[in-house]
Amino acid sequence: MAALRQIAFYGKGGIGKSTTSQNTLAALAEMGQKILIVGCDPKADSTRLILHAKAQDTVLSLAAEAGSVEDLELEDVLKVGYRDIRCVESGGPEPGVGCAGRGVITSINFLEENGAYDGVDYVSYDVLGDVVCGGFAMPIRENKAQEIYIVMSGEMMAMYAANNISKGILKYANSGGVRLGGLICNERQTDKEYELSDALAKKLGTKLIHFVPRDNVVQHAELRRMTVLEYDPDSKQAAEYRELASKIHNNAGNGTIPTPITMDELEDLLMEFGIMKKEDESIIGKKAKEVAA
Amino acid sequence: MPQSAEKVIDHEMLFRQPEYADMFAKKKSEFEFKHPDEKISEVNEWTKTTEYQTLNFQRQALTVNPAKACQPLGAVFAANGFKGTLPFVHGSQGCVAYYRSHFTRHFKEPTSCVSSSMTEDAAVFGGLNNMVDGLANSYRLYKPEMIAVSTTCMAEVIGDDLDAFIKTSKQKGSIPAEFDVPFAHTPAFVGSHITGYDNALLGVLKHFWDGKANTTAPLTRVPNESINFIGGFDGFVVGNMAAIRQIFEAFGVEYTILCDPSDAWNTPTDGEFRMFDGGTTKDEVERALNAKATIVFQEFSCEKTTKFIRAHDQEVVALNSPIGVAGTDELVMAISRLTGKPVPESLTKERGRLVDALADSQAHLHGKKFALYGDPDLMLGLTQFLLELGAEPVTVLSTNGGEEWAAKVQALFDASPFGSDCKVYPKKDLWHLRSLLFTAPVDFLIGNTYGKYLERDCGVPLIRLGFPVFDRHHYHRFPIWGYEGSLRVLVMLLDELFEQLDQSTIVTAKTDISYDIIR
Repeated sequence: MAALRQIAFYGKGGIGKSTTSQNTLAALAEMGQKILIVGCDPKADSTRLILHAKAQDTVLSLAAEAGSVEDLELEDVLKVGYRDIRCVESGGPEPGVGCAGRGVITSINFLEENGAYDGVDYVSYDVLGDVVCGGFAMPIRENKAQEIYIVMSGEMMAMYAANNISKGILKYANSGGVRLGGLICNERQTDKEYELSDALAKKLGTKLIHFVPRDNVVQHAELRRMTVLEYDPDSKQAAEYRELASKIHNNAGNGTIPTPITMDELEDLLMEFGIMKKEDESIIGKKAKEVAA
Repeated sequence: MPQSAEKVIDHEMLFRQPEYADMFAKKKSEFEFKHPDEKISEVNEWTKTTEYQTLNFQRQALTVNPAKACQPLGAVFAANGFKGTLPFVHGSQGCVAYYRSHFTRHFKEPTSCVSSSMTEDAAVFGGLNNMVDGLANSYRLYKPEMIAVSTTCMAEVIGDDLDAFIKTSKQKGSIPAEFDVPFAHTPAFVGSHITGYDNALLGVLKHFWDGKANTTAPLTRVPNESINFIGGFDGFVVGNMAAIRQIFEAFGVEYTILCDPSDAWNTPTDGEFRMFDGGTTKDEVERALNAKATIVFQEFSCEKTTKFIRAHDQEVVALNSPIGVAGTDELVMAISRLTGKPVPESLTKERGRLVDALADSQAHLHGKKFALYGDPDLMLGLTQFLLELGAEPVTVLSTNGGEEWAAKVQALFDASPFGSDCKVYPKKDLWHLRSLLFTAPVDFLIGNTYGKYLERDCGVPLIRLGFPVFDRHHYHRFPIWGYEGSLRVLVMLLDELFEQLDQSTIVTAKTDISYDIIR
C-alpha cells in the first residue's frame, strides 16, 4: 500500500467547499483510492452527498449522549457511503456557545487512536471557513494533512479568505511539513475570474490547480443528496471533477510554502484587473444627494 | 486574646479557647440560619439508606469527590523521572502551582516545575510568545539538560500546537536547535493523572526513538539482552524504585528503569539544594530501544506507551501492580523467563520470609472485610493480595478505572473462594463509596488521605495506601512492591487491625478481658 496521503480543503464559508471536495473525492474513489472524509465543520454537511443523508451523527453529539468520547466505538461514528468512502463528522456546539475548535481536536485524536486511518489511501479534512483558532488548524499540524487546497472564486471576500488561510498555513509550514497544494476556483461567473484567480495563485506562490466551471447539474445532484459523479457520471461536470481529482492525485509532494500578500496588494490586484476602481478620495463620506449636486 | 508569644497555642487547641468558642456559637445563632439539628440528622440518616444509594447511583451529571487528579499532574511526575529534566507546563500559573504543592505535600520535598504563565492575552492570541519566552527563561535560569513540555486545559482549548511552537521557539533562538524538548498534549479534562503519565512518558520515548520530531533520523533497534522497567504513576515511588532495583541487582541482569523520580523526591539535607537529582539519562532512554523486553508494572498507567513499545518490535510484559507472594512471583518469574537466569537465592529467601509472616498473621486477617479505592492498577494489586490473605475486598472502586479494569478485578474475585461476595465499581466516586460503606459495611477502608472524611463519616478505619498521602509522613519512603514491600503492606494492615482491637477492648472491667498483651 502506498503511503497515506492526507489533504485538507479550506475556504470561505458558502464557497462550495463541501460540494467540491465530495465530488472530487468521489472521483478519486472511482480511480480506486480508499478514502476517509473527516468533516471539521459544526454544520456537519461534509459527507451528505456521499451518504445521501441530511446530516451524519457527529462524533461530538454521540460523545455527549454517551457521556464522554472514551465511551464511543469507531463504528458508532464511521459511516460508509458511495464507493465505500468512509465518512466521519466531528460536529460541534450550537452557534453562540462552547468551542468548535476543541471539537475538531477531540475528534481527530479519537479517530487516530481508534485506528480510523488504518487501511485508507486518502484522508481528507473539510474545514469550516477560515483558520480561526488553533483547533481549526489541527488538520495542518505536523503528521496530518501534507497539502492544503483552498477553494475560492473571483469574489473579493473569497480571495481575501484564501489569502488569510495562506497566512495560517505559513505559520505551520516553517516549523512543519504542511504545504499549500493549490487553489481551486469554483466559478461564480464574476469578471475575468480565471485570470484573477490565476494571478492570485501566482502571488501566493502556488498554482490554480483547477478551474471548476459552473454547471446546474451540481445543483440537480445536490438536491438528490448525491455527487455529480454518482448522479450523472457521463456529464461534462463529472469529467471536470475527474480531472481535478487526477491533478490532486499527481500533485503529491508539489506543494509550496505560501507567500501571503497584504490587503493593499490584494486591492492592487483587483484594480489591475479592473474589478475595483482606483479609490476616489473625493467621494468618501459623501451622501447620495451631495454626490449628485 | 488567647494567643501570646510566651505560650503559643497550637492550631489543634487554639480554636477551642472560650473566645473562639463563643464567636462560633454567635455566628451559628445569628448568621447561619441552618435547619434545626433534628432535621439535619434526619436527612443525614436518610443518606445512609439503600433508598438513597439507589438514587445516588442514578447520578449522571454530577461527580462528587472523584478519586483521581488531572493529566498534567501525571505528566509532571513522568518528567521528574528523567535526569536533569525540567517539567514545563504550557498553560496558566495556578494549575502548575497545584502540581507543585500536591507533590510537595505528599513527598515533603520541593518539586521543580515551571509554567508558561498564560494570561488573557495568550488565550486570545495563542500561547506562542509564552512558549518562546518561557523556554528561553527556563533554559537560561535553571540550566536543565532537557525540558519536558505538557499542557493545561487552557492551552488545549485554544488548540496550541506544541510541536510547531517548540520548533518556532528554536527558530527564534530561545533555545539551541539540538536541545531536547519532548512534549505531550495533556488536556486535564480528558482521562486522569495516569493518562498524563502515559502521554508524557510516550512523548519522551517518541522523541528519542522516532527521530526527535522529524529533525533527526529515527533510531534503529539492535536487540540486546537488557530489560526495561516502567513503574507507572506511583505515590510510593521512592521506596518502590529501591525495591525494584534490589530485585534486578539480585538477578545480576542488565536493566534500565525508564522514568525514575525516586531521587528527585528524596534529596538529602546536607547544605546543597538539588533542583534535579537522579533520573533516567537520555543515553539510557535511547539504549532502551534495544532492550530484549520491557516490564510495565502498571498496565493502565502505560496503555499508549505499551502499544508504542510493542510497535517497535519489543516484547512488553504488562502487569497490574502485583503485590503479595503470588503477585511478586509474577514479576520475578517474568524477569527469570526473559533473562533465562534462575531466581536468585536471596529472593527465594525473602519470599520465604514473607510466607512465614503471612502464616503468622493470617488468622487475624482471615475473613476481614475491606473496601478499597484508588488507581486501577493499585486496586488490582491490593485485591490480589487481600484475597491471598483470606480477607474479603468486598468493595473495590475506581474513578479512573473503566469496564476493562472491572473485568480484571472480577476475574480475581472469581478465582478465589474469598471473592464470592465482592463487587467492583468502575468509574465511581467517593460519594458512591460513602453509600456503599453504609449499606455493605466493612472492617477497614483502604485509600488515600481524602478517605479520612469517609473514615469519620462512616466510622470505618482508614489504611493509607494510595496517592496522595498528605497527613502521614514518610510513607512514600517505604516500598509496597516486591516481597519486602508486600511485608510492609501486611504490617500496615495488621497495625490498624490491632489498633482497632485494642480500642474495642480498652474499657476497664468491661471489655478489657480481651485487652491482651499478646496478639
